[in-house]
Amino acid sequence: MRYLPHTDDDISTMLRVTGADSINDFFAVVPEELRRPSGMALPDALTEWELNDLMAALSNADTGATDFLSFVGAGSYDHHIPETVPFLAGRSEFATSYTPYQPELSQGTLQAMYEYQTLLARLTGMEIANASMYDGASALAEAILMALRITKKNTVALSTAVHPFYRQVVRTYVEPTGCSVLELPVLESGRTDLLTLASSADSAVAALQSPNFFGCMEDLPTAARIMHDQGGLLAASFTEPVAFGLYRPPGDDGADVACGEGQSLGIPRSFGGPGVGIFCTRSRYVRSMPGRLVGKTRDQSGKRGFVLTLATREQHIRRERATSNICTNSSLCALSSAVYLASLGGSGLRRLARLNYDKTEYLKRNLSEAGWTMPFTSPTFNEFVARIPGDAEEAHRGLREKGILAGVPLGRWYPDLRDCLLLCVTETATREDMDRLVSEVRS
Amino acid sequence: MKEISELLFPENTLYAEDHEWAKIEDGVATVGINDYAQDQLGDIVYVELPQVGDSFERGDEFGTVESVKAVSELYMPLSGEIIAVNENLEDSPELINQSPYEEGWIIKIRPDDDNEAEELMEKEAYLSFLKGDD
Amino acid sequence: MSERVGTQGLLFNEPLLWERGSRGRSGMSLPRADVEPAPVDEDLVGNGPDIPDLSEPEVVRHYTRLSQWNFGIDSNMYPLGSCTMKYNPKTNEKQAARPGFAGAHPLLPSELSQGALQLMAELEQYLAEITGLDAATLQPAAGAQGELTGMLIMHAWFKHHDDRRSKIIVPDTAHGTNPASAALCGYRAVPAASGPDGILETAVIDRLMDDETAGIMITNPNTLGFFEENIKAIAQIVHRHDGLVYCDGANMNALMGIVDLAAAGVDILHLNLHKTFSTPHGGGGPGSGPVLVRKKLEPFLPVPRVVPDGKGWRLSDDFPLSIGKIHAFQGNFGVMVKAYSYIRSMGADLKRASQLAVLNANYLKERLKGVLHLPYDRPCMHECVFTDALQQPYGITTLDMAKRLMDYGFHPPTVYFPLVVKDALMMEPTETESRDDIDRFVEALEAVAKEAVESPELLREAPHVCKTERLDETEAARNPRLTG
Repeated sequence: MRYLPHTDDDISTMLRVTGADSINDFFAVVPEELRRPSGMALPDALTEWELNDLMAALSNADTGATDFLSFVGAGSYDHHIPETVPFLAGRSEFATSYTPYQPELSQGTLQAMYEYQTLLARLTGMEIANASMYDGASALAEAILMALRITKKNTVALSTAVHPFYRQVVRTYVEPTGCSVLELPVLESGRTDLLTLASSADSAVAALQSPNFFGCMEDLPTAARIMHDQGGLLAASFTEPVAFGLYRPPGDDGADVACGEGQSLGIPRSFGGPGVGIFCTRSRYVRSMPGRLVGKTRDQSGKRGFVLTLATREQHIRRERATSNICTNSSLCALSSAVYLASLGGSGLRRLARLNYDKTEYLKRNLSEAGWTMPFTSPTFNEFVARIPGDAEEAHRGLREKGILAGVPLGRWYPDLRDCLLLCVTETATREDMDRLVSEVRS
Repeated sequence: MKEISELLFPENTLYAEDHEWAKIEDGVATVGINDYAQDQLGDIVYVELPQVGDSFERGDEFGTVESVKAVSELYMPLSGEIIAVNENLEDSPELINQSPYEEGWIIKIRPDDDNEAEELMEKEAYLSFLKGDD
Repeated sequence: MSERVGTQGLLFNEPLLWERGSRGRSGMSLPRADVEPAPVDEDLVGNGPDIPDLSEPEVVRHYTRLSQWNFGIDSNMYPLGSCTMKYNPKTNEKQAARPGFAGAHPLLPSELSQGALQLMAELEQYLAEITGLDAATLQPAAGAQGELTGMLIMHAWFKHHDDRRSKIIVPDTAHGTNPASAALCGYRAVPAASGPDGILETAVIDRLMDDETAGIMITNPNTLGFFEENIKAIAQIVHRHDGLVYCDGANMNALMGIVDLAAAGVDILHLNLHKTFSTPHGGGGPGSGPVLVRKKLEPFLPVPRVVPDGKGWRLSDDFPLSIGKIHAFQGNFGVMVKAYSYIRSMGADLKRASQLAVLNANYLKERLKGVLHLPYDRPCMHECVFTDALQQPYGITTLDMAKRLMDYGFHPPTVYFPLVVKDALMMEPTETESRDDIDRFVEALEAVAKEAVESPELLREAPHVCKTERLDETEAARNPRLTG
């Protein structure tokens, strides 16, 4: 096997040094009844070329990835990725290193993570960011756990316009805490009902997503005011950070935590992972926040350098009282998103966001003319809900026959919206692509 | 780390097994961590202080001190109400390393029970406790 | 001694990203605007983030220079104990990047994602076969999330049986994440001390286990690199009290094809695909931390699960006892592709990988005995633990030796862990290091040990040839500067 360097000669020399007769001697400590009586029932080893054939066949069976015109978003987005992103993040000095415990040998990762923290804090309008979480869902769950710790309150207000999967993850994470979860309904505007939030009082945290699952921008300033009056926090989740190239970021609207998914920033969809969980907050919560942090410092000669810092919050030191149990996060994806943002630049991000917005509005307008209606009135970014005359699942299947993936039907999560589709448009959709969908809808 | 003989333990100060010290004057006890504790911890980078007005029982945790790679809980040597905290530690936690008994004091408490002080150790008793502990 | 591997080369200074660039540059080609601009709600519009504008060559130079300040497994041996830094095969990267995998959207009808679903179903089967357990979830995104998933499964199991338990036994030789993971489920960690041989003694567990205790979190092989020989008897004690045995399988690299963990009494196990199954660690992730369970715990696994559907596969949420979801979608699929490729490339040679990993660790241990102090002198599994006791008389610490090893071109071992050994150096060579490479590592440590006696200041001031000298961590923690 080409990954295993040992020759028979090597093995016998090494055994001689250890004083063992055979490798099995080292396993003498394993009681007989725990040993496997026979080999593992695994397929025979493949050559590199056979593996290529097998994997090509498997990946070709994912016809949804390649053979359709797709308008599917819902938390996983198709954006153009410059070749520089996989090229640079794929450099083996980055890809094959461990968590930077030894800073002198890890300055590349550490400076890149410090830059990532800075870029993401700027993007979300917050003061600080950690070096990443697993994904947007666990970032929101951790934000909620943080708010429960800080406020010592016991209720969580969770908007039903937060991604349904994120809400499921939140429920899994908070279940053992015994806290109660209050679900906030959605208004006809497509925004969260903040009156329910105001009248509920005494929540540790309100968790809203903006743009929300329906693509609508939430009224975060009002939500922040309500929460701060109650002595609670506002956690603003997001699945589409490109929106902050156009719209005001959550930090500017008073959010205490901005947490979400960064897959849009230069990371392929990969069937839902890996992406990168973004976690940004205010400086005053730095000692309560989860996750790794990179800080700037100096070396003995006074030269600038970077280290992992504030480790006393973490599991390996504070053990059962740690702010989280996370250690391995999503560093290489965080690096990808930093390379992506660096490539795009502030000016590029504004243009890109505007392009996403304009194209989405174009499709909305043309679908309206073709007879679909838009049930929600609030401004959206690159996703929107469309109501279909007739059955949404059926319409979705019909368009699929024509080679178009017309978003996702919403009835699975929102029975009231079973005649609705959630559609997504990014810069990858051309006018011709959208016209094709519209003309199929007309027919 | 220093040898015990190199460490300072002032007289007229009481010592707890968790290495806090307490000095009682005019019904007010000033509390900190002693030279041994600060030396064991190394460079202190952060102190988590209680709120003035909080009350704790003897042995309760009232805060934490952190070095780069360790966290130590602080325990009340005496039951009582917190009447002052050393706010200078928020910006200069190194005061605990530099001056554990003077500028590096942590809290002042009004003890609930005068008899509790008798359970703390004088310098000599603490030193022999420490030698057994080490 | 052979020529030292570590040397000095030309490294470039590189400013921070925002110290470069100039407003108006662009490093990315944007599609043309083929639709009319639409009106925007001005109340919501922001100023756009303050991110520097760079050209593509600037971006490439910036990150290329940064990468050159890093040490990876492709550079040289990376014997970080407990981390299994084995070679990361290049073909795995190619497989994960195939358009059908990288471009797969997680929410499509299952008929359109049959390749991804089949790969996941087969990977679950392979992992079950490798460990001996019955069922798997691939959803956890890293080992610690796998631990949390395992603890949530335990919590759900006891809740389902209306059995409230408040504690869990965690040995002193377990991984550091274990108590934090248990605490997230409301369990208080009860420490269990290992015995003089570095392994758990049955009597200790017998004393600690009771009907209030959910079970044990045991790392096997443990963090001293020893096989927990009494695991079966320990599991029997735990089971007698209707408790469950959680095994941290981060060290599975020692056991593949050799030990049947189900026979050992393990009920729940997590694996780290980014350790045992060769996927790159990426400077801190993304990883993947599958969890395997016995049949009776299968109903509690996270949803969605991949289930057979006619000739193919689909995702199903129809598991009413499930703990729910712990990842937004199906977990880190891109990492799963790489682990799948590795398993298909290795086949039965996985057993050989474990055997050679153990041979390498034992060889390294024998060669270094006497150079460094070996607190437990007995055969080890995949890793071995030394201390600085022989160097302390010269005022040299574990940290000094770790830093000096960098000058010789090696990544240092894990230091000051496990906590059960004072001033530990924990070394895991993995099976992909050749005898020659291990010999060179031994020579480097011999040279360092000699320097510790003859010129200790060389060690105290090390490293000398890295991008930076030793960094001031106290300053970083006292005045955190986390953004620029």
